[in-house]
Amino acid sequence: MEINDELITYLEDLSRLKLSEEEEEKAKVDLGKILNYIDKLNELDTTDVEAMSHPFAFTNNFRDDILTGSSDREIILANAPVKKDGCFKVPKTVE
Amino acid sequence: MNYETVVGLEVHVELSTKSKIFCGCTTEFGGEPNTHVCPVCTGMPGSLPVMNKGVVEFAIRAGIALNCDITRYNKFDRKNYFYPDLPKAYQVSQLYLPICQNGKVEIEVDGEKKYIGIHEIHMEEDAGKLIHDPWDDCTLVDYNRCGVPLLEIVSEPDFRSADEVIAYLTKLRDIMMYLGVSDCKMQEGSMRADVNVSVRPIGQKEFGTRSEMKNMNSFKAIYRAINFEAKRQIEILEEGGKVIQETRRWDENKDASFAMRSKENAQDYRYFPEPDLLPIEISDEWINDVKNNLPELPEAKRARYISEFGLTEYDAGVITSAKQLAYLFEDTTAICKKPKEACNLIMGELMRLLSETSTLPEDIKIDPKKVADLINLIIDGKINRNVGKEVFEEIFRNDVEPVKYVEEKGLLMLNDDSLVSDTIDKVIADNTKGVEDFKGGNEKAFGFLVGQTMKALKGKANPQAVNKILKEKLQKL
Amino acid sequence: MDFSNKTALEIGQMIKNKEISSVEITKQMFENIKKTEKNINAYISVFEDVAVKEAEKVQAEIDKGEEISPLAGIPMAVKDNICTKGYNTTCGSKMLENFVPPYNATVVDKLKSAGAVILGKLNMDEFAMGGSTETSYFGTAKNPWDSERVTGGSSGGSAAAVAAEEAIYTLGSDTGGSIRQPCSFCGVSGIKPTYGSVSRYGLVAFASSLDQIGPVGRDIKDCATVLEIISGHDVKDSTSIKDSSFDFSKSFDGSVKGLKIGIPKNYFGEGLDSDVKDSVLKSAETLKSLGADIQEFEMPVVDYAIPAYYVVACAEASSNLSRYDGIKYGYRSDKGDGILDVFYNSRSEGFGMEVKRRIMLGSFVLSSGYYDAYYKKGLKVRGLIKNSFDEAFSKYDMILSPTAPTTAFKIGENTSDPLKMYLGDIYTVSVNLAGIPAVNIPCGFGKNGMPIGMQLIGKAFSEPVLVKAAYAFQLNTDFHLKKPEIVKGGLA
Repeated sequence: MEINDELITYLEDLSRLKLSEEEEEKAKVDLGKILNYIDKLNELDTTDVEAMSHPFAFTNNFRDDILTGSSDREIILANAPVKKDGCFKVPKTVE
Repeated sequence: MNYETVVGLEVHVELSTKSKIFCGCTTEFGGEPNTHVCPVCTGMPGSLPVMNKGVVEFAIRAGIALNCDITRYNKFDRKNYFYPDLPKAYQVSQLYLPICQNGKVEIEVDGEKKYIGIHEIHMEEDAGKLIHDPWDDCTLVDYNRCGVPLLEIVSEPDFRSADEVIAYLTKLRDIMMYLGVSDCKMQEGSMRADVNVSVRPIGQKEFGTRSEMKNMNSFKAIYRAINFEAKRQIEILEEGGKVIQETRRWDENKDASFAMRSKENAQDYRYFPEPDLLPIEISDEWINDVKNNLPELPEAKRARYISEFGLTEYDAGVITSAKQLAYLFEDTTAICKKPKEACNLIMGELMRLLSETSTLPEDIKIDPKKVADLINLIIDGKINRNVGKEVFEEIFRNDVEPVKYVEEKGLLMLNDDSLVSDTIDKVIADNTKGVEDFKGGNEKAFGFLVGQTMKALKGKANPQAVNKILKEKLQKL
Repeated sequence: MDFSNKTALEIGQMIKNKEISSVEITKQMFENIKKTEKNINAYISVFEDVAVKEAEKVQAEIDKGEEISPLAGIPMAVKDNICTKGYNTTCGSKMLENFVPPYNATVVDKLKSAGAVILGKLNMDEFAMGGSTETSYFGTAKNPWDSERVTGGSSGGSAAAVAAEEAIYTLGSDTGGSIRQPCSFCGVSGIKPTYGSVSRYGLVAFASSLDQIGPVGRDIKDCATVLEIISGHDVKDSTSIKDSSFDFSKSFDGSVKGLKIGIPKNYFGEGLDSDVKDSVLKSAETLKSLGADIQEFEMPVVDYAIPAYYVVACAEASSNLSRYDGIKYGYRSDKGDGILDVFYNSRSEGFGMEVKRRIMLGSFVLSSGYYDAYYKKGLKVRGLIKNSFDEAFSKYDMILSPTAPTTAFKIGENTSDPLKMYLGDIYTVSVNLAGIPAVNIPCGFGKNGMPIGMQLIGKAFSEPVLVKAAYAFQLNTDFHLKKPEIVKGGLA
C-alpha cells in the first residue's frame, strides 16, 4: 500500500491533526512500511471466520433505570481550559 | 410533465426514561447548563458507559407497536466525528445491527389508507447544546442533553405528499406518547425529523436526487418545507437542470430552504463496534413480556370506546387524539360509570377551555376523581347542568374539590317546589309584558320568563321543575 | 532495617507484628526515590506529605487491631493512566499534563480500602503507546540495571520502580504486553490478568477491548495478592465479568507435578536473541525437573498477531483519543481563532509523534473503503488466534514462551523505526487479542547482564494455575532475588 500526499492529508483531517512537512514525509514512509507489514494478514484465508470485536461472548450487562445523581458543575468544569457562565467556551461555531 | 414527490423520514424521538442511556443523570428537560452531567456523559478520561435496561425495553415496545422484527442479537457502534456538542467525539449508535427492522405503519389521508414502511429503529445517545453568546461572539457548550436516549425511526421513502408525511408523524407521535416511551414535545426537541425530499416524473421507477433538511421540529415547517423543496426541484428539472444531493436548511421566517455551506470533507464516520459495551441479546420471553404489558394503542382504544361505551366515531376519535384526554376519559368513566357524561364534558367544556387558554392536551392536569364526583352531582340532581359547567371550569383552572365547592358557593340545586312556585308568582307579577307576549303566542317569551325565574333563584333551580310549574301557572291565567 | 529482600507480604506481616511501621517504610521509599530517581525517572509525580499522612492513618488502624488486608500499610505506586481523585493523571502526555480527575479508578478505591499507601504516579509511554517509555512527555525512564538502556514499556515506570526499590509493588496496564515486557526488561514479576477480571473504570483508555490493569511486584505471590484485591465485578464497567474474583489459596504448594506445559516451537525462531532462547529453554528444563510435563507444539497463526493487533488497537485508539479536543479538559492551543483551529492545533501540539502515528493508522483502517480489508480482516484474524489458543489449551494447562525477543535495548536504538519497535511485541500481543492471562517472571540474565523474563500463558481465568507454576519456579530459582547495582550498598 503506497501512501501518497493526498491520503496523508485525508488521514490528518480525519484525525484533526496537522503535521509539519517533515513529519508528513516521515509518516508516509512509516505508515507505508507498517501497512505493508499488515498486508501479511491477506496470507490467511478468513472466509468463514467470525469477526471478533470482543474477547468473550458475554451479553446483556445492564443497569436499572434509576437516577444516581449528577456531579457539581464546578467539578465538571474544573479541567476546562476556557469556560464562561457555567459552560465550556469555544470559538463561534458556524450555523 | 407531471412529477411526484418522494419523501423519506428519519425521526428522532427522545425517550422518557428517568436516567440517561449510559449513566444515572436525569433526562429532565432544561436545568441550568451543565448541571445534569457527570464524568460518563461528559466523556471524561477513564469513564465508561453502562447500558440502561429501560432504553432497550422502550425500544422493544416501539418496535412491537410499529410492527417491526426485533433483532435478537444487537450491538452498538461508534460513529466518529468531531463537534463541540459531542464530548467523546463519537456518538454511540447502532449501524450494523439495529434493534428493530422491517416495520410498517398504516396511515390515512382523505379516506385513503396506505402503509409506510419502517426500515429500522436504532438506539443512540443525544448530543449537547451549543448556545451563541452575542456579547463575546463565541459559543457556549451545555452538555445536559448529552446521553439522553434517542430512538431513530427510519422510514422507507414511501411518502408521496406532505399530507402523508404529516399523517404519519401525527400517528407516530400518538403511538410514542401512548406507549409512554416519549413525550414527543416538538418545541423541546424531543421529537424531530430529518426530511429527505426528491421528485421524479410520474411513471419513472428510479428515485430522483434527494436533498435533506435536518432537525426539523414543527409539523408546519415540515409541511411547508416539503412542498417548497418539491417545487424547487421540479423547477430545476423543468429548466433542464440537475438537482444536487445536499443538506439544506429550512428558514421558517423566509419560508424557503437554503443550501448549507458544504463541509470541508465528505463525512467519513468510521463506524466500528463499540468495545466498551456488550452486545444485547433479546429473548422470546423478554419480547412476550413487553408485548403482554404493552399499553393499549389509540386505534384499539377508539374501537373499544365505540363498542364498549357507545361513543360516536367522531367523539372517540377526538378523545383518543391525545393520551391525556383518553386517560382522563377512561379514568373518569371507571369511577362514575357514566361514559356519555364524561365524553360530553370532555368534548364540550374541556375542548372549549383548552382552546380558550391555548393549553395543549398533553399539559392537562385534571384529577379524574373530581370529574367523576362532578358527574355524580349532576346525575343525582344535586346541581343543574349549567352549574356543572361552571364547576368543571373551576376544576380545570383551580383544581377545586367539586362537592366542597358547590356547598361553599351554595350552588346545590333547589328542590323546594314551593320556593320555585312563589318565585314564579313573583316573576309573573313583575313581568306583565312578558306574560302578555306569551299569551299572544310568542314562544320566546316563555324562555324569557324561565330565565327571569332562574335569575331570581341564582341559577340553582332545577330547570325542568321551573318549566313545568311556569307552564302550569301560565295556562291557569 | 533492611527490607530489600523482603516481599510485600513479608513486610505486611512485619507491620502487623510491629517490627516496623508503615510510616518508616514509606519514608524509606521516599529516601530511595530521592537517591535514585535522577537516574531512573520512574515517577511523573510523587505525593510525599500525603503518603506519609496516609501511612500514619493506616498504621493507626492496624494498631487498633483492624484486619485490613495482608498488604495494609505497604507503600506502592500507580501508573499514570489510572485515575487518582484530586491528583494529576497525565498518561505521560502533554495533552493531559494538568488533568486532575474528579474520581478514583475502581482499582485505586479497592487498594485504598486494602490499606495501600500511594507514593505517586508512574512514568509511561504516552497514552501507553510504546514499548520503551521513550514516548513519555516527561522524559525517558531508565533501566535500573543499566541507565543507558530502556525500561521497556509502556509500564516502564511501574517495572523500574519495583526493580529500583522505589515502591514495594505497583500497578501497570497491559494492552499488548505493557506489563510483561517491562517486567522482563527490569527483572521483576507481573501479571496481565484475564480481560474483564479487573475493572477498567478510571483507566484512561488506549484500546478498550485489549486494555487490562495488572500488578507488578517483587515475586509472583505479591502479584497474586494484589490481583486478588483489585479484581472482581464492577457495575461501572460493562465489560467487567461477573464472579471474576480469584482464589489463590491452592497456588502456593510449590508443586508443578503433572502440569502440562506446551512450548510453541515457532516462538523460538528467527528474531529471538540466543541468550533469551537459552534461558527460557533452560527454565523449561527446570520446570520439567520439578515434575511438569513439557511438550513442544506448533502455533503458526500467532505469527499474524502483530499486524492484527496494530489494526485493532490503533482503530480503537483513534476513536478513544478523539475526545482530546481542547474543550473539556486537557491541552488547548491558543493559536488560531476558529473551532477547527482549536481541534487541529490542540491535538497537534498536545500529542507526541507515536500517538499521532497510531491515531492516523487507526483512522485509516476504519475509513471508508478500507474497513473490510483492514479492520474487519484484523478482527477475523483475531478470531483465528483465539481459536488456536483454545485448541492449545485443550491439550496443555499453559504455554511457556519468552516475554520479549531481546533484553532491554539501548535508549534511542529503536526510536527511528516504529515497525522495528512494534516487532518487539511479537510474544505478548496475541494474549491481549485472545483476552487471556499471562505472567512474566525473571528466568535468567543475558551476557550483557540484563534480566531475561519468561511468559506463562493460560486460558481465561487460569491465573491461579499460572501463579502456581510461577511460584514453584521462584521457590527453586533466585533470578527474582537478584538486585541491580543501583540498590546495592546503602539503599534499603
